[in-house]
Amino acid sequence: MILSEPWRLLVFVAGIIAFIALNAAYLVWLERKVAGHIQRRIGPKEVGPFGLLQPLADGIKLMSKQLLVPKGVDPLLFKVAPLLVLVPAVMSFVTIPFSEKLVARNIDIGLLMIFAFASVNVMGLLLGGWGSNNKYAVISAARAVSQNVAYEIPMLITVVTMIMLTHTMNLNEIVIQQAGGVWNWHIFANPLMPIAFLIFFICSLAETNRAPFDLGEAESELIAGFHTEYSGMGFGVFFMGEYANIIIGCGLATILFLGGWQCPFGILPGWWWFLAKVYFLIFCVMWIRWTYPRTTLWGLLNLSWKILIPFSLLILLLTGAMIKVWPLITGAS
Amino acid sequence: MGKESLQSAIIRFAPLDKLLDLGRANSLWPMTFGLACCAIEMMATGAARFDLARFGAEVFRPSPRQCDVMIVAGTISKKMAPAVQTLYDQMPEPKWVIAMGNCAISGGPFVFEGQYGIVEGADKLFPVDVFIPGCPPRPEALIEGILELEEKVTGHRRWPRVEAV
Repeated sequence: MILSEPWRLLVFVAGIIAFIALNAAYLVWLERKVAGHIQRRIGPKEVGPFGLLQPLADGIKLMSKQLLVPKGVDPLLFKVAPLLVLVPAVMSFVTIPFSEKLVARNIDIGLLMIFAFASVNVMGLLLGGWGSNNKYAVISAARAVSQNVAYEIPMLITVVTMIMLTHTMNLNEIVIQQAGGVWNWHIFANPLMPIAFLIFFICSLAETNRAPFDLGEAESELIAGFHTEYSGMGFGVFFMGEYANIIIGCGLATILFLGGWQCPFGILPGWWWFLAKVYFLIFCVMWIRWTYPRTTLWGLLNLSWKILIPFSLLILLLTGAMIKVWPLITGAS
Repeated sequence: MGKESLQSAIIRFAPLDKLLDLGRANSLWPMTFGLACCAIEMMATGAARFDLARFGAEVFRPSPRQCDVMIVAGTISKKMAPAVQTLYDQMPEPKWVIAMGNCAISGGPFVFEGQYGIVEGADKLFPVDVFIPGCPPRPEALIEGILELEEKVTGHRRWPRVEAV
């Protein structure tokens, strides 16, 4: 179906926002179910069949809750911060190819754009903490920023390695290069790539402030983290942003390493495969969250600076050497 | 307190109000906050055997700004009372309070002539919606209290009431 440009824009904007909102709602439901079953509970089951109406009830509750702006906050920053978390996430979805045709804007620097917007997201957390005029929120925001800065480096080094392999930053082209069977996925491109995938996945966990790296929301020390002072939908928008960022992180891992919308068996349309892979990764994220305890701040930063960054640099060097030296040895051009 | 304390709107739509009440009743988020031994029973209610999550009330929020119901689980000493009062004041409307256990209802075993340290009941500090007797109440009793609160919010009960044999 070909739509004229303004209509296409409108359809995609509405579609992306609906996708994010629905996913945020039902990923919370999934999270509560997964948490329940991991802890040998049942999870929500009374509100609708299998608790499926639970997100609806939560949404109604959050929207009808009093929007409190406490005394002493910076009114502008306090109100803008949740949007600064959600809007970059929405913008990042513009370049994510759900299938060969289903991509809002197939631009050549899609990868760069997503990481540029991911940095704005950190700004939102910082301003939320700062604007709240609450000591716990400020400490949490400082933690979130130091964590994000530390983990952006190994993540970007891994991505640079991928760009060296693929010669493009266009996400759709990266997926097209992985056509064929499972063995054509970039995760099996060479023996280093599984490690690169692991580094990328760990970094995307830390970037989205998920457990075991959710130091920003450590309840036992910091009340609720940077959204301590947010009530009702202010908190809800923060949460939507967090889940949108999880989808983007898992989506990028799928696109870069797991073949995006390419299907290994040639059945079912591409978007089906893309979503299946993304939801599998999201399930892994939840699985990790409810299995591992929270790390300490020094443990977190040590993991980044002492393990992830050296390893990702090593992978970068070895991949570069492989690309340049291997053709010389084998005589191929 | 509860519904009566909400600011009355100029125009009200009965079906919309019902929908809001249903939404609120089915996502009562309690506060992560316990004062004494009743809090242990509260934790047991959230854990695997009794599973408060079934009713969507397992989201124990650490920040009072995101809570709907405050479960006063334990003895309120006079030293603790200002903190409890502050937590109540920090919660945004609509908010409800459950007084869990004899101490939170009336001071329980600590009421005697000449006692100087205990606040005799949470309702001395702020309005309470549901009282759960017991010392401490069993987890089933807390779940019953949550259901009672749901009934108070929506006007009808989720499950048929079980009569004592």
